[in-house]
Amino acid sequence: MNDIAYEAGITTGASSSAAAARNVQRHPLARRITHWLNALAMIIMIGSGWRIYNWYPALPIDFQFPVWLSLGGQPAFVKPSSGEDGLANALAWHFGAMWLLVANFLVMVAIGFATRHYQRDFLPVGPRSFVRDFTAALRGKLSHALGSYNAVQRVFYWGVLFLTVLMVASGLAIWKPVQFWWLTASFGNYEIARVVHFLGMAGIVGFLVVHVALTILVPKTFVAMVTGEASAPTDAHGGSRHGA
Amino acid sequence: MALERTPLVKSLERRRLFRGSLSLGALALLPGCDISSNESVERFLRALSRWNDEAQAVLFSRTRLAPVYREDQVVHDFRYNAFFSPDDAPKLDAADYKLQLSGLIADKKPWTVDALHALPQQSQITRHVCVEGWSMIGKWGGIPLGDFLRRVGADTSAGYVGFECADGYYEALDMPTALHPQTFLALTFADQTLPRKYGFPFKIRVPTKLGFKNPKWVTTIYVTNRQPNSFWADRGYNWFSGS
Repeated sequence: MNDIAYEAGITTGASSSAAAARNVQRHPLARRITHWLNALAMIIMIGSGWRIYNWYPALPIDFQFPVWLSLGGQPAFVKPSSGEDGLANALAWHFGAMWLLVANFLVMVAIGFATRHYQRDFLPVGPRSFVRDFTAALRGKLSHALGSYNAVQRVFYWGVLFLTVLMVASGLAIWKPVQFWWLTASFGNYEIARVVHFLGMAGIVGFLVVHVALTILVPKTFVAMVTGEASAPTDAHGGSRHGA
Repeated sequence: MALERTPLVKSLERRRLFRGSLSLGALALLPGCDISSNESVERFLRALSRWNDEAQAVLFSRTRLAPVYREDQVVHDFRYNAFFSPDDAPKLDAADYKLQLSGLIADKKPWTVDALHALPQQSQITRHVCVEGWSMIGKWGGIPLGDFLRRVGADTSAGYVGFECADGYYEALDMPTALHPQTFLALTFADQTLPRKYGFPFKIRVPTKLGFKNPKWVTTIYVTNRQPNSFWADRGYNWFSGS
């Protein structure tokens, strides 16, 4: 399958880095720490955000997140002690974790650019390579080499970075519609900023579903993000059968 | 015998199980139920909330005005919001109502409703934002609280202005917010005398704060240097809750 894919020009990524050729994935310590702190902050923000959403949904649809999946405590336990159903708790988590999310995000992105990880591994990327790799992935013909990123992955990583920025901007617009009125106005108004904040979350959750699913398919990427390095036996073309 | 599992297979199965539980476990860990009932977690959240009070005080500008809206954007059927029905709302009689003043205020003479209406009035069309997430644009008229505080000789270098209400509610503002030009002692809504359900004889309208920092049916205003309690902050919400 890899041979076919290779001959059709559907190799994983155009990266010619030595690591990719050896089918090795390396993540320096700073990248791993910021990745997992980001994961922690995201989980808290999403879990508490779902509870906050349930209280007064931003969208005019009949939909609620399951309480057990949201962060803010079981209403049965929270109510007797505080007299409310867990919104206060969720807000406290949300406004606490936002500092971790923003501070860590700035460090993570700074490291990503400074070490040229983003430029080297996520560029170049364009619509043509995206369509090509996306089609190949749907047909199960996209091979995966550890340490190199195909066009779909590249677009997804830039996308989730952009969505995080959008979430911080729309979040600030909702949190401080007076002090940052210009930011709120840039989304249209307060109510629109809430909808954007919801849609941005949906985009990030969509990314996470794919991200986690692919990690389960290619578990060595998880090993690399924990231990710092993972490798796979290479075939003649530098690809492996993982995830194909 | 033939189906006996080799140590390698067992080890692989264990690894797979571990991996699965780790990724699922990490997701289940935080949104789980008991973490927020834990006392040390609560202490941690309270400390974060106090830090957020400080951060918001820094972000607050004494001169930046809340966005104002057009008359045609005003919602007239404004949402009634309290933990009791409108029929149970405090019924204060203008004939014998007296606003009490206390704390660091020079002239503590009580105020009648008529005396409050006789002061120079202003109006604002601003967005009321609730901590729950809903928001509505309304028109409020009344007296800038800062003007009133200066008129009664309040110590405006003090830290806080507190409010006690006829329904047992209590709320407070930091002094910079109390002196903000759009913080009103609001006597009207949509150009009509403030109805009973919205807080007659007046509510404190604070467009730079979330809705719960806008107390209704106020009976006492006091000035103090000690941070007063806030009804919902005592129930876990952020004290400053600025917009």
